[in-house]
Amino acid sequence: MRKEIVDGEVRLSGCLGERYIGCGMKKGVLHVEGTPGNALACYLDGGEVFVDGNTQDAVADTMNAGLLAVRGSAGDALAYGMRGGRVYILGDVGYRAGVHMKAYEDERSVLVVGGRTGSFLGEYLAGGLIIVLGLGCEGGDITGYFCGNGMYAGTIYLRTGKAPVNLSDKLILRHVDEAEKAAVLRPVVEDFASTFSLDAKLCLSGDFIAIEADKSKTYSQLYAAV
Amino acid sequence: MKKEGEVRISSGCAICGIFCKDGRRITGDAIKRSISVMHNRSNGLGGGFAAYGIYPQYKDFFALHIFYDSLSSREETERFLDRRFDIINLSKIPIRQTPRISDAPLVWRYFVTPLPHMLADSQLDEDEYTSRAMIRINNSIQGAYVVSCGKDMGVFKAVGYPEDVADFYRIDEYEGYSWTAHGRYPTNTPGWWAGSHPFSLLDLTVVHNGEISSYDANRRAVEMYGYSCNLLTDTEVITYILDYLTRKQGLGLKECAEVMAAPFWSTIAAKDEEERRRLSYLRKMFSAFLVTGPFSIIVGYSGGMMALNDRLKLRSLVAAQKGDTVYFSSEEAAIRVIEPAPDRVWKPRGGEAVIVSLERRGI
Amino acid sequence: MRARYRIRKDEECISCFKCAKECSFGAIGVVDGRLVFHHDKCVDCQRCVSSCPTGAVFISEDMNRFRANSVFKEDDIREIGLQASTGGVLLSSMGARDGQVPVYFDKLLLNASQVTNPSIDPLREPMETAVFLGQRPERVERGVDGRLVDNLPPHLELSTPVMFSAMSYGAISLNVHKALALAAQELGTYWNTGEGGLHESLYPYVRNTIVQVASGRFGVHETYLNSAAAIEIKIGQGAKPGIGGHLTGKKIVGDVSRTRMVPEGMDAISPAPHHDIYSIEDLAQLVMSLKEVTGYRKPVIVKVAAVHNIAPIASGIARSGADMISIDGYRGGTGAAPKRIRDNVGIPIELAIAVVDQRLREERIRDRVGIIASGSIRSSADVVKAIALGADAVSIGTAALCALGCHICASCHTGRCAWGLATQDPELTKRLDPDEGARRLVNLVNAWTKEIKEMMGGMGINSIEALRGNRRALRGVDLNVKELEILGIGYAGE
Repeated sequence: MRKEIVDGEVRLSGCLGERYIGCGMKKGVLHVEGTPGNALACYLDGGEVFVDGNTQDAVADTMNAGLLAVRGSAGDALAYGMRGGRVYILGDVGYRAGVHMKAYEDERSVLVVGGRTGSFLGEYLAGGLIIVLGLGCEGGDITGYFCGNGMYAGTIYLRTGKAPVNLSDKLILRHVDEAEKAAVLRPVVEDFASTFSLDAKLCLSGDFIAIEADKSKTYSQLYAAV
Repeated sequence: MKKEGEVRISSGCAICGIFCKDGRRITGDAIKRSISVMHNRSNGLGGGFAAYGIYPQYKDFFALHIFYDSLSSREETERFLDRRFDIINLSKIPIRQTPRISDAPLVWRYFVTPLPHMLADSQLDEDEYTSRAMIRINNSIQGAYVVSCGKDMGVFKAVGYPEDVADFYRIDEYEGYSWTAHGRYPTNTPGWWAGSHPFSLLDLTVVHNGEISSYDANRRAVEMYGYSCNLLTDTEVITYILDYLTRKQGLGLKECAEVMAAPFWSTIAAKDEEERRRLSYLRKMFSAFLVTGPFSIIVGYSGGMMALNDRLKLRSLVAAQKGDTVYFSSEEAAIRVIEPAPDRVWKPRGGEAVIVSLERRGI
Repeated sequence: MRARYRIRKDEECISCFKCAKECSFGAIGVVDGRLVFHHDKCVDCQRCVSSCPTGAVFISEDMNRFRANSVFKEDDIREIGLQASTGGVLLSSMGARDGQVPVYFDKLLLNASQVTNPSIDPLREPMETAVFLGQRPERVERGVDGRLVDNLPPHLELSTPVMFSAMSYGAISLNVHKALALAAQELGTYWNTGEGGLHESLYPYVRNTIVQVASGRFGVHETYLNSAAAIEIKIGQGAKPGIGGHLTGKKIVGDVSRTRMVPEGMDAISPAPHHDIYSIEDLAQLVMSLKEVTGYRKPVIVKVAAVHNIAPIASGIARSGADMISIDGYRGGTGAAPKRIRDNVGIPIELAIAVVDQRLREERIRDRVGIIASGSIRSSADVVKAIALGADAVSIGTAALCALGCHICASCHTGRCAWGLATQDPELTKRLDPDEGARRLVNLVNAWTKEIKEMMGGMGINSIEALRGNRRALRGVDLNVKELEILGIGYAGE
């Protein structure tokens, strides 16, 4: 791995599995080339990390603020417990992406995936926004099994007209109308598209569905106090 | 401290594998470089390699790799072997002394074939005859441990980081068409060479990452069929399940994967009629061999390799292909280090076996 | 006889006389517009207490005690007195209550995942409790095209590893049978007719019914056998191993008489053994004849009481062609049993499961049969422990009756059950609405299933078959070395 500083921005190249790159970074810009190791950008706290290559597991773990943009794929457990900021992955992501992401007042975590995701996307989602574009997978399954299981707040948007397989009955699925698309999705997707020099129109084309928790089905109904 | 077999020791790990579908034989250098990228996933308490196609001049003979604690255990074992096998060749396995590998046992190699009249009297096939003899050595000869006993293959393992184990065994001097590697992170062990991985039986080798929650259900089930899980490790029980299902029940590896990482009933219900019946049958027939909890395994065998994740995909596993070469690893970086530009990189889904085989047999 | 219980009321009583109406034992009467208590008739069934609108009725143990003696306890003296005055065999019902024999379930603790492998949240991730019970052939078979041939004999499929135990029509009411059948159907599990036959109105529940063939052969005919998903041969039950039984003539009325094909008002006798089974090969003959008459479409269960040599007995059953072995432990319940038998014969179910599972494994035939355990399964934790010891599934009798109102007063044999369960008195049986009863049974089993999933998830196990025989999931406390050895588990902390 080599490190150089260009115009005040740090550039790491030749990465091969080095862990914890960008951990807790508060400010500045970091460019990463190669295959950085696990726990990339964990606790990221305001800085910007750009990766040219695939990333591994536990990326953006408990991230608080800032931007992580990966021109490649991500492994399992992406953005676990994320609290705020933006995670943009151009390609596919593994199992359990966006588990228990959060939002509170002005802080909102945003995860956008250009490709498709593994199973258990957005499990236990507590807030924030997950958008899966499924670019190049049009018409196919883009989320695997058990999408959004146990989520209790936040929204998962999928660029597809098809409901995910075996969606939990504790979730509500709805089609996204043009107004919502313009108000909620367009600003985020345009930012994502410009980060990777994609055509934003293409990224926003076609049907979107939204998945949210059915607030009438709380887990407290499960219990009988002794 | 108690060693493997006296107590159940859980461990995390790194695994990787390289398979040349065209039968091209490559040295152990690549697998060493691959596993060493994942140094952090091991803790120096175990590393090892399995290699296939490394003994072409002896490919019709069982290659035995044996650890001895003492000269007397060697003498006793050789007497035992002599009575049952024709020993074609025997030698110390060449090693390179390194300060990072210590307390080495005596490591010997034999090429053997069952004595014809003994084999005939036993009414067993030569695989069963040989595996029973090896299990007997492990169970009854104090200080002797058979590390591997397949044909045209071998296991090299030790207490240490895998890259140091590679140097110790000089694996860069072997050429094989298939390699797997393991770096171990046990939660507690005094460091016993035999307790390192890969674990093997005949030509079957397994490297494994994870800790299974079904261990005792699987162990007690497979022990019904004559296996004895002496090491109390997941890898051992997984190896025996695979041996039972393939060699004794005649299942294919894909079917084994459908037993061990069976699809959920809800997933089976969504399949077409024929597939639903087939998968239901396998689950019902072999329910005791469902393996739950996190695991990723790479299974080596003569002519092929299988990688498999648990059905919830609780451990990481990456696959890649470049031309005729297929790579598996716990981390993508461990593939990129030896193949910077694969044609394809993918992450197999939970329970989805990736099986690769020789397309034409290499020499 | 001196009263055992005392009935009291306090000033909250509004003299509605509901308690008197509800008491089926004649312990509360109304004389001159006033409640009168006949304490000696009270069995402490709690019906009056439960039905009192103002909470004004109280049942307590009589404060008068016999002089304490460390050898001759109050019950001993009382029972000697009873036998001296009557010359009779002591009769009781429900399960053993002797506190001398440990409840091993209470000495077993479950494991959970920490760090080295993850626990699983059953509310969010799939968690499978479906159980398939039946024989497995030794080897797979393939057709000429190499495809697997389905050579599995018929299996029972349970959505959750809990079934309802055998309780006969006669011992309990038709309404109870109906509630059990409805609940089994909704839950995707099975109920068991017991030995008194099957009322015709319940034939439609064929997919969820297990019919029993016992020594009395009550109500056994070809239609009966084919109106079930499986057939159970009852050799014995945990409450009274080795003896037969008789159903009091008070319960042989109307359709019970017709279904059992015995005269009204006469005690119905179940012989102690099956007189066509004097040895294990005779059992095989009965198993196979039942398969013949049902076209080999129904699995056959053999139910035995847990006795001293249960392991070899189970081995013999496994080799008899039976598909499942149902083992009923020492604490199992009954509608009527001699008290001395109930309290002194047999062994606890936990030990029986452990030795049978181990023995069948040693003989390499464990996969050939399913094991169903019963005899005081009280909660989901007992279910999980029974399965970890080696059972495939459990069945519940007493717990199911409790869900329907039973308070275990152990007076089933009187035929006067105030909860309308163990009685044939039409005024009493109507106290149970079968639909409401079914709803309560469904709730109970669903709640247990959720708890089973939580416990499995905590151990990182997401399918019930990975729990079966997984004895490392268990550790013992307050057990000696021999007990640990028989249970096949380590001590807590090991």
